[in-house]
Amino acid sequence: MPKMTLSHFEATVLFSLFTSVVLGVVTKRTDRDRLHYGIYTFGCFLVALFGLGWLMYLGHG
Amino acid sequence: MAMEKEQKQPMPPVSQWAPALALSWLVPGGGHMLLKRTGRGLLLMAAITSMFVCGLMMRGAMFQPQSGDFLTTLINTGGFIGDLSSGVLYLLSVCLGYNQPDMAGAVHDYGTKFLVTAGLLNILAMVDTFDIATRRKD
Repeated sequence: MPKMTLSHFEATVLFSLFTSVVLGVVTKRTDRDRLHYGIYTFGCFLVALFGLGWLMYLGHG
Repeated sequence: MAMEKEQKQPMPPVSQWAPALALSWLVPGGGHMLLKRTGRGLLLMAAITSMFVCGLMMRGAMFQPQSGDFLTTLINTGGFIGDLSSGVLYLLSVCLGYNQPDMAGAVHDYGTKFLVTAGLLNILAMVDTFDIATRRKD
């Protein structure tokens, strides 16, 4: 089994991608809504990722 | 009013949903495919399997149920249930010896979380399969 070494950022983006796909598929009732919700969830993950990243950076001083 | 009507629906027979639910646990996305939702099943299979394999490649650890103080029991038993929920992915990786001992390190920790989350996402897929099999959802 090859070893995968990811940074925190890369791991979080991958995590967001897979989770968004599943949430999009299982949550909504039409394909159009599923696609929109998947993209929306992924966007929310990214906003939280960058937002919390900057917050920690600025809070750290 | 609509919710009251929904709650009063009788429970469908077990034979209507159990095979799809069991397959959904065993093979992520398999329940959807059995119910002729192939596209959704393939997407679920790809996402959940990829997450699990990434976790293995990051050398994530598998949880084992442990007793002790409340937090230890909660984390280890919950983690074990999460791992087990991946179905055949978990069973194969344990049988083939891919389960790693818990090691210190950020990447291993990400891997452990990926493994548990893959199982938790599969639980969501199982709930969706149940809804489709019982015709509560298309």
